[in-house]
Amino acid sequence: MEYTIFIVLLPMLMFLFLGLVGHKLKPIVAGTLGCCSLAIVTILSYITAWEYFTAPRNARGVYETITVFNVQWLHFTDTLHIDLGVLLDPISVMMLIVISTVSLMVHIYSLGYMHGEKGFQRYYAFLSLFTMSMLGLVVATNIFQMYLFWELVGVSSYLLIGFYYPRPAAVSASKKAFIVTRFADLGFLIGILIFGYYEGSYTFATVGASTGFASANIVGVAKVMLPLALGLMFIGGAGKSAMFPLHIWLPDAMEGPTPVSALIHAATMVVAGVYLVARMFPLFIVYAPDVLHIVAYVGVFTAFFAAAIACAQSDIKRVLAFSTISQIAFMMVAVGVCTQAGYGTDAFNEEGGLGYMASMFHLFTHAMFKACLFLCAGAIIHTVGSNEMKFMGGLRKYMPITHIAFLVCCLAISGIPPFSGFFSKDEILTACFKFNPVIGWMMAAIAGMTAFYMFRLYYGIFWGKEAEHDHTPHEAPAAMIIPLIFLSAVTLVAGFIPFGHFISADGHEFTSHLEMSTAITSVAIAVFSIALATLFYAKEKQPIPDALGRKLKNLHTAAYHRFYIDEVYQFVTHKIIFGCIATPIAWFDHNVVDGFFNFLAWGTHETSFSIRGFQSGRVQQYTYVFLVGVLIIVVASLL
Amino acid sequence: MDIHIEYYLIVSTVMLVAGIYGFLTRKNILAMLISVELILNATDINFAVFNRYLFPSHLEGHFFALFGIAIAAAETAVAIAIMINIYRNVSSIETKDIEEMKH
Repeated sequence: MEYTIFIVLLPMLMFLFLGLVGHKLKPIVAGTLGCCSLAIVTILSYITAWEYFTAPRNARGVYETITVFNVQWLHFTDTLHIDLGVLLDPISVMMLIVISTVSLMVHIYSLGYMHGEKGFQRYYAFLSLFTMSMLGLVVATNIFQMYLFWELVGVSSYLLIGFYYPRPAAVSASKKAFIVTRFADLGFLIGILIFGYYEGSYTFATVGASTGFASANIVGVAKVMLPLALGLMFIGGAGKSAMFPLHIWLPDAMEGPTPVSALIHAATMVVAGVYLVARMFPLFIVYAPDVLHIVAYVGVFTAFFAAAIACAQSDIKRVLAFSTISQIAFMMVAVGVCTQAGYGTDAFNEEGGLGYMASMFHLFTHAMFKACLFLCAGAIIHTVGSNEMKFMGGLRKYMPITHIAFLVCCLAISGIPPFSGFFSKDEILTACFKFNPVIGWMMAAIAGMTAFYMFRLYYGIFWGKEAEHDHTPHEAPAAMIIPLIFLSAVTLVAGFIPFGHFISADGHEFTSHLEMSTAITSVAIAVFSIALATLFYAKEKQPIPDALGRKLKNLHTAAYHRFYIDEVYQFVTHKIIFGCIATPIAWFDHNVVDGFFNFLAWGTHETSFSIRGFQSGRVQQYTYVFLVGVLIIVVASLL
Repeated sequence: MDIHIEYYLIVSTVMLVAGIYGFLTRKNILAMLISVELILNATDINFAVFNRYLFPSHLEGHFFALFGIAIAAAETAVAIAIMINIYRNVSSIETKDIEEMKH
């Protein structure tokens, strides 16, 4: 399977090519080249997945972890070295499919969406860069390679959010995204360093059934430091995956082009944090189950918090952004509620380890339907020319295909069978109920909120009062419609994939059963929420939400302003950090440090000015001084 | 009758001091050049005298004196060339007129 290296190399070459000579090409040529290279990457990924999952399982009943390609890059000790390579195991292969599929769809979609934009070639170059980095991240053979590509996806995200660089909002959003995630990555880096020190290796090796680290030397102080390192790594993951309180960059990242939001800020990059936790899962479950539960609690709060905000936003991309945060939090919760129950036996996959599979399953289905939702939103924004819901309404007559695709994905995210989201969300809820019924009920309620705000969005766009339009809205061009149809088709069928056959906590094959009670509960809650949303928002006039909005004015305003978290950050950074720490340090620098050197320069200047008279130009005077000097030296040496 | 070494040294010392005094006090750079020649000749005398009295079997001091004379001649040629050029530029070889190279 040596060809898998081209999955990473091809987008990189395309990035270099488009980045260096792209501006000399016609836009359509650059776009077609980008799409073609991505199509090849997608085909290669599918072939890889096919070969990987059809290959026989090994003696222990798991899919063999294959290091297809590996070069040593930095050598520290015999065990501690940094490599670059390609590693295939069930989750990385699954991610290859997700990334290449969504990326291909976004590439095709952008041909239509970005048509005629200035910097079209640059856009495709950045898309290639992002795809390369994301693919490199998932196939990393060691944690440090993961970190390198982790930073690269951060850079490409920065570049793409700031694609419309003449707009100040885009520039500040890109900076915000970069700084917040970079700040979180500091935790990741420290975690890696602590980990390397105590573990003595960065390389993912085969442990038990899943991919993890050879953990023979975890004794003494390492028993404390390893959970700490894993916790710090989770901070990095929380930054990328927009967990509270590091979520503030994701809504602003919507300033980028909508296809970029679909690719980076919905389907792939933001789930990198979940992927990181899943990648480290064998260590988490054995050495740090408590840290795993912290992940779960952070996830529960984030899921609720983001869902609450999503109910009050009016910008459709912002609603989707908060919905993304909430859904990623679902995945985090799923992997966080894993326990050691049944560890080491066949029951582990059904008991403690169910959440792992549920999380990966939801990652897969969510990537498809959320990318589709964003692409639908892009089609709507493309024709309406605004992100605000008040300029929409009644669009179902004008955009039938987008309408159907959006509805399918809304049903999927709400958890209505037989759409894909139902199955994955059901697994998550089952895992939560197994861990703790309280968390289970909370997640079920949040799932209900998801259904509510998604259908609020749906009715706000496609039903309700028709807004005034400058020109009649129309269906998007074919390049934009095809990805919508494809992704919603995937959403229709993805739920029936027997995910447990491919990915499970210990790698063994298992068949997940639909837990009837959980399924009925969640469907009932979802249907109730949708009915509520229908009652509230489907009509042209919306008396109930208006009345509620007046009654709970404070709550609504707070949610609309995202519970003022950005303002808190603004206060902390500007008033406390800049005001109380940075300003005194700046004063010290300007006055003491600079002052010392200014004094040196001033003193030298003044001294030389006062003695410049010595240089009179009269040779005899110099000679005289010289003579006196010689005499003094002679007399002194005689004495 | 022997001439003691001290007599030579007294002559050379007088020449040296006269040269230095002249160099410091003359207003004309030609006169300053002559003073420099005095200093040089004083050292030449010293070379010859020390060689003659202290190391009669060696010749290095004499050779050094010859070198000194040759160098003094060359130096005089260069110095006079410089002076001619100065005179062409400022129409004077008085030290008070050539003090341009200052702060």
